[in-house]
Amino acid sequence: MSAMLEVKNLGISFGGLRAVNALDLTVEKGALYGLIGPNGAGKTTVFNLLTGVYKPSEGTVLLDGESIVGKSTAEICRCGIARTFQNIRLFKDLPVLDNVKAALQNEYKYSLFSSIFHTPKYRKVEKEMDEKALELLKVFDLDGVADYKASNLPYGRQRKLEIARALATDPKLLLLDEPAAGMNPNETKELMDTIHFVRDHFGVTILLIEHDMKLVSGICEELTVLNFGEVLSQGKTATVLRDPQVITAYLGE
Amino acid sequence: MEKVEKMKQKNFRSNLITYAIVILAFAIMEAWKASGNLSSLLSGLLVPICVYVVLAISLNLVVGISGELSLGHAGFMCVGAFSSAFFSKCTEEVITFMPLRFFLAILIGAAVAAIFGLLIGIPVLRLRGDYLAIVTLAFGEIIKNVINIFYIGLDENGFHVSTQDQFSLNMEADGQIILGGPQGITSITKCSTFLVGVILILISLFIVLNLINSRDGRSIMAIRDNRIAAESIGINVTKYKLMAFTVSAALAGAAGALYSHNLSTLQASKFNFNTSILALVFVVLGGIGNMRGSIIAAVILTVLPEMLRFLSDYRMLIYAIVLIVMMLVNWSPKALEMRERLMSRFFHKSAKEGE
Repeated sequence: MSAMLEVKNLGISFGGLRAVNALDLTVEKGALYGLIGPNGAGKTTVFNLLTGVYKPSEGTVLLDGESIVGKSTAEICRCGIARTFQNIRLFKDLPVLDNVKAALQNEYKYSLFSSIFHTPKYRKVEKEMDEKALELLKVFDLDGVADYKASNLPYGRQRKLEIARALATDPKLLLLDEPAAGMNPNETKELMDTIHFVRDHFGVTILLIEHDMKLVSGICEELTVLNFGEVLSQGKTATVLRDPQVITAYLGE
Repeated sequence: MEKVEKMKQKNFRSNLITYAIVILAFAIMEAWKASGNLSSLLSGLLVPICVYVVLAISLNLVVGISGELSLGHAGFMCVGAFSSAFFSKCTEEVITFMPLRFFLAILIGAAVAAIFGLLIGIPVLRLRGDYLAIVTLAFGEIIKNVINIFYIGLDENGFHVSTQDQFSLNMEADGQIILGGPQGITSITKCSTFLVGVILILISLFIVLNLINSRDGRSIMAIRDNRIAAESIGINVTKYKLMAFTVSAALAGAAGALYSHNLSTLQASKFNFNTSILALVFVVLGGIGNMRGSIIAAVILTVLPEMLRFLSDYRMLIYAIVLIVMMLVNWSPKALEMRERLMSRFFHKSAKEGE
C-alpha cells in the first residue's frame, strides 16, 4: 500500500535564495505528522509547494500514488489536499455557515440557470448543503454562531472555522499551518483533542506545522525538522526531539 | 437549523423590500403621471432613471460582489446600445410588431455586451486591482472610438462597411445608412417606456439577488474576501470572476438598449468616461454590494442635477455638496453609529422577540 504523501527531492529557489532543498518526506495513511523548525526554515514554503501556490523547481510529490506537481491550487484541492493558513484567511464578510458552504461547492453542484432561477434543484441541493455544513460546524461547536459574520468570531473560533472549512472539501490530507498560534494553554489542549478527533472521525491524514512543542510532542507521531530549507532530522517524535542537532538548532539546551 | 432558517428569512425579506420599493416607486410615478401634475422635465427623466438604475445594479455586481474595479462600464452600455439599435433599424420592416422587436433588441444588446464582457474579461481578469481598473478604462474609450469610425449601410445587395466616410460605402441609390460614423445611428423608433424600464430593473434585480444567494454567488464573494483561501478550497477563480463580469456586462448592455431606444439619435460620444464614473458614484454612494442603496443613489443623482437647473451656474456646485454630504451621512462612523442606535430603538421590540 502506498503512502498518503510521498515527497522526493523537492526544492525551490527564489532568485538566489534556496528556500527548500532536497526534501524527502513520507507520510503514511492516517498519520499525524509534524513539520517543525526555526522561523524562516521553509515550513510554510513546503505547504505552499504541496498546495500548488508555488511551483517546485524540482522534485516529485505523490498524493496517494498520484502526481500533483504542476497542478493548480484548485485542482490540487480537488485531488484531496486541504489546508489552513498561518495568518487566518477566512471569507470575512460571509456568514460562518457560508464559509463552510463555499467549500462544499465542489461536491454539491447545480447550474448557473438553477442559481438564477432558484429551481427546485437549487432548493434541494442548498438544503443538503445546509445540513452538511451545520453537521461540520457542530463538530467544532460553531453551529450556534452559524449566522455570524466570520470576522466577528473570536480568534480561537476563527481558527476552528478554518479547519471546518478545510474539512468541508472532503480531503485525504489536511495541512495545518500553526493551528495553535495565539492560543492559551487551555485552548491548545482543547485543540489537541480536536485534532485527534478530526483524524479519527474524518479519517484524514494530518500534516502540521507548529511551534508549540507541547502540542507537537503530545500529538505528532513522526516529525521532520527543517533548518534553512534542509532536513535536519526525521523520524519518530521522541527520537527526533532528543537529536542533539535539533536541540542546538531549534529547541535550545 | 433554526438559525439558518432565520438568516434565510431575513435575507428573503430584505430582497422583498427592495422589489417592493421599485414597484411602489413605479406605482407612485404612474399615479402622478395620470393626475397630470408631472412636469415634462421629470417625465422625460423616467426612462434615463431606469437606465442608470440598471447600470448601477450591473456595476455593483462587479464592484460590490466580485470586488473588482471596473471603470469602463459605459463601454458595455455603448456596445449594448449600438447593437440593439442596429438590430432595430435593420429589422424595422421585417418585424413590424414593435414590442417583439424591442424585446429582441434588448436581448441582442445584452448578448453582444456579454460576448464583449467575456472576450475582454479573459485577459483582463488576470490582472488585479488598479491594473484591471486601467484596462477597463481603456476599453471604454476604445469602444467609443471604434464605433465612431465605422460607417455601415444597407441596400438590396446587403451590408456595406467602410471606415472612410459614407460615400465610400458604394451603395445603390435606395441604400440606407444605418451607422454613420460620429453621427451614430439616427432616427431610431422610440420604444422605451417607463414600464419597460421598471420591468428591466426588476429583472436585473432578480438575476443579481438570486445569483448572490447561490453557490455561484458564494464562490464569487469568497474570491472577493480572500482569493488565496478560495483557491485552496478548490474554487476556480477565473471562472467565477468571468461569470460575474459577463453577467454584469450583459446587464449593462440591456441598460444600453433601453437607453438607445429612448433617443432618436444615438452617438458613441455619449458613452464617455463620465458615464462610467457616474455609475461608480452610484455604487460607492449607495453602498458597495448594497443593491437597494445603489438604486436609491442612482435615482437621486439622476434627478438632482435636472431639478437644480433653475440654479444655472450653481447647479454643479450644489450637486457636489450634496454628494459630499450624502457620503458623510452614509459612511462616517459617527453617522453609522447614530443610524444603528435609531434602528435599534425602532426595532427594539422585534429584536427582543427574536432572542
